[in-house]
Amino acid sequence: MRDPSRPASDLLLQVEDLKVRFHTLRGVVHALEGVTFHLRRQETLGLAGETGCGKSVTARSILRLIEPPGYISQGRIAFEGRDILKLSQAEVRALRGSQISMIMQEPKMALNPVIRVGRQVAETLLIHQPGLGRRAARAQAVEMLAQLGIASPGRMARRYPHELSGGMAQRVMIAMMLVTRPKLLIADEPTSALDVTIQAQIMELMKDLIREIRTSVLMITHDLGIMAESCDRVAVMYAGSVVEEGPVRAVLKNPRHPYTRGLLKTVPDNANPDQPLFSIKGNVPSLLRPQTHCRFAPRCEEAFDRCREEVPPMYSLGGEHQAACFLHHRAAPARPAGGVGAAEAG
Amino acid sequence: MGQYLIRRLLTLTITVAGIMVMTFFIALVVPLDPLASLAGPQAPPETVERLRALYGFDQPVHVQFGRYMGRLLQGDLGTSFQTGRPVLEDILSYFPATIELATTALIVAVLVGIPLGVLSAVYKNALIDHLSRVLSLVGVSMPVFWLGLVLLLVFYFKLGWLPEPGRLDVMLLEPPRVTGMLLVDALLAGDLEVFFDALRHMILPATVLGLWGMAGIARIVRSSMLDVLSQEYIKTARIKGLTERLVLTRHALRNALVPAVTIIGLTYGGLLEGSVLTETIFSWPGLGRYLAKAFLTLDLNAVVGGTMLVALLFSLVNLLVDLVYAFLNPKITLTEG
Amino acid sequence: MTLPPPGRSLDKEELRRHRRRARRQFLTDSLILWRRNPLMIIGSLIILGLVLVAVLAPFLATHDPFDQILADRLLPPTAGRWFGTDSLGRDIYSRVIYGARVTLAIAFLVAAISTPLGLIIGVVSGYIGGALDELLMRCSDIFLAFPKLILAIAFAAALGPGVENAIVAIAVANWPSYARLARAETLSVKNNDYIRVMRVLGAGRLRIMVGHVTPMCLSSIIVRMSLDMGTIILTAAGLGFLGLGAQPPTPEWGLMVSDGRDFLVDQWWVSTLPGFAILVVVMGFNLLGDGIRDILDPHQRQGR
Repeated sequence: MRDPSRPASDLLLQVEDLKVRFHTLRGVVHALEGVTFHLRRQETLGLAGETGCGKSVTARSILRLIEPPGYISQGRIAFEGRDILKLSQAEVRALRGSQISMIMQEPKMALNPVIRVGRQVAETLLIHQPGLGRRAARAQAVEMLAQLGIASPGRMARRYPHELSGGMAQRVMIAMMLVTRPKLLIADEPTSALDVTIQAQIMELMKDLIREIRTSVLMITHDLGIMAESCDRVAVMYAGSVVEEGPVRAVLKNPRHPYTRGLLKTVPDNANPDQPLFSIKGNVPSLLRPQTHCRFAPRCEEAFDRCREEVPPMYSLGGEHQAACFLHHRAAPARPAGGVGAAEAG
Repeated sequence: MGQYLIRRLLTLTITVAGIMVMTFFIALVVPLDPLASLAGPQAPPETVERLRALYGFDQPVHVQFGRYMGRLLQGDLGTSFQTGRPVLEDILSYFPATIELATTALIVAVLVGIPLGVLSAVYKNALIDHLSRVLSLVGVSMPVFWLGLVLLLVFYFKLGWLPEPGRLDVMLLEPPRVTGMLLVDALLAGDLEVFFDALRHMILPATVLGLWGMAGIARIVRSSMLDVLSQEYIKTARIKGLTERLVLTRHALRNALVPAVTIIGLTYGGLLEGSVLTETIFSWPGLGRYLAKAFLTLDLNAVVGGTMLVALLFSLVNLLVDLVYAFLNPKITLTEG
Repeated sequence: MTLPPPGRSLDKEELRRHRRRARRQFLTDSLILWRRNPLMIIGSLIILGLVLVAVLAPFLATHDPFDQILADRLLPPTAGRWFGTDSLGRDIYSRVIYGARVTLAIAFLVAAISTPLGLIIGVVSGYIGGALDELLMRCSDIFLAFPKLILAIAFAAALGPGVENAIVAIAVANWPSYARLARAETLSVKNNDYIRVMRVLGAGRLRIMVGHVTPMCLSSIIVRMSLDMGTIILTAAGLGFLGLGAQPPTPEWGLMVSDGRDFLVDQWWVSTLPGFAILVVVMGFNLLGDGIRDILDPHQRQGR
């Protein structure tokens, strides 16, 4: 978690109006419709939303891993001021693994089955520090594994991925991606595939390591508990765009977008175990047509005419809390963070 | 790994025993009387009877089998009707030619097939992919005997670029026989003229035989590569910042080639098969042609001996393939048993 | 069409409608996949062409395929004789046309014999297990230890020349692969919850094997069979070429290629044209087989 006394103008990542499309059998899927958010140094931003809302696509876009039939049609992704989308292939490759890393949901699938894990961890180092030498890289890899709480890291390094449990494999992946001490770590549902007991362990290890390395984290998850525990700020996504953004306490305690409210209501209330479970009525909309109005409107209890005619902009609600909903049409439209002093104004 | 090997060898032994029984009984099932055709249509019945007694075909089946097994254990496979020599001797003399041809064909198939398959997968749907797939399709659909004839017609008869069917120019002497493989023996004897001539003679048959193999290998490499390239760990490799070339060679190929190895091994077996027809077309003095003739003339001893050997070879190749696969794929060896 | 609210079960009419809809969806998806796969369309057209040629042979041929006019031997392709004539003066074009019948007959008969045979043996072996399984699998192992072509040649040689024997020979060489495949599928579905439920309900082994296990194996068997057709035809042609399959004067393509071998240099058409027919037909079957595999393979159907 971020130290609140630090100045707020150290912007690491700025995603502006990101649009991504996929050409499929059934037509063009507008997966991302103008995603905008920012991330500061040593801050953890949660990217929340249900399956299919575009979280993973956003993550991949940042690393420029969108492949045909998908393409980034518009937008700007500024990392430390440079637009990633305008870099050459070689420059992007230099960033990947050394400045920006990503860990994924299924760790065992994400590891090469025929190469020993130690070597895979060391590989990241060797790619970006070729002068390091195999032995030194291996030593650092083993050390990293030890930091992640693996007993006998030397022996573990000689194992193959299929010999590892899910939790172990995830630790290996974390080691592999943090061994170069990147500035930004994208964590795409890192614990969803793990047992609940292991989840907490892994999250703890991750938090310690992140704090030590001083990495910023983009934590993609649909688990509100994880969000509350590990994120400083959160951006809620729905059907391809960010609908609400703000400090995690503020958003969770006082959600200002009907979708966020619905989402929070779906969490079972342990205090009232007999209450029927809540689900937001309706279905996720088809993304086959470009966005012309609020995508949540059909399912929204508080929708009115304007919601079905225009796309709501982000409204600033004070204290960095923003929501894209016409309910707040009287508030000032939010300005994207990135201009000098814009973040402080809030 | 050791356990796996032992178990496979055991299965192999049983299979081999079964092969022997089966081959023997196929031969006996023959309704036509090979001896009658051997003796000639004018031969009186007594001659045929005497021949029968001579070759022991007048005994009841189990006695024949027992005798055969007994002789087999002594390394005696009987005498060939067509050549008059012991079958074992025949086989040993023709065997190297086939191995030489099949190995060359396999090398060609692998050297062309793997790169084609990889390029096909990496540049999916580009021109190279389409061309390669068409070539593979044609290669797999081609009647081997027809292709041989067509290529002979074009390259030998009409264009004269490549030499006549056969292993070596009639005017040249074979080098002293060490392995029986002309290329090897020529090199050992330092006879470059023979070496190159033998090589030129091998071009057409190896290409014809190898085309089928190349097609199969390219297909499997392509499909395996496509499969591997869609895996998560490839994405991981890219996330780490590896160049595409390294992603391919260090991560993708290593996984993609594992099923390819199996196919390569099986291809070798298939090449043994294809050699029957190819050797016939190109008058190649190998086991395939020997077998074909043996089948046609119902030269029983040759049939039984030859078929058994081929089946044994085939089984051995399959076993080797399985072992190599198990070696390459850590999952199999460690989770076996 | 909307789904009924949860808590209410479907009545017979709705059930029927849903089932019909599902079936139609399957066919529509298959059709989409078929249309998106131009290669498969070409394959289908070739095979369709083959069937039509075989059926309409009498109308498409220009001459009697058995008619020997020695004065006209070894004529090159001309207006009257589209493919030329062979060494006995027979019209090659007409023989190729009628050869389609032979080819088709052999291919389908072999498939009709070996596929069900292999399927049954495989399912029984896999489901009943135990000593029977061991026995049947050792048997099929022994068959599989021989390269298929060689086994087919061996049986064909043993049984004697002739189309019928060739068919039996090839079928004998072919069934083990289907048996193995069926057995593998059976083993994997044997412990399905679905099958277990049937057992609990008291269904007999025969009923389960025939009514439930076999249908589950069908799609991979069909895929394998369509991929095999090409090989079967090549084997049959090979046997014909060696003289072990169809006998003269039957217009079998492999046999025709062999006939022309002596005249290869000056009368290339005698061998080349029938062989080309083999190539085209086998290519057609391979394309079709690939396409069928793409359609029936569950991975492909996700619509990616």
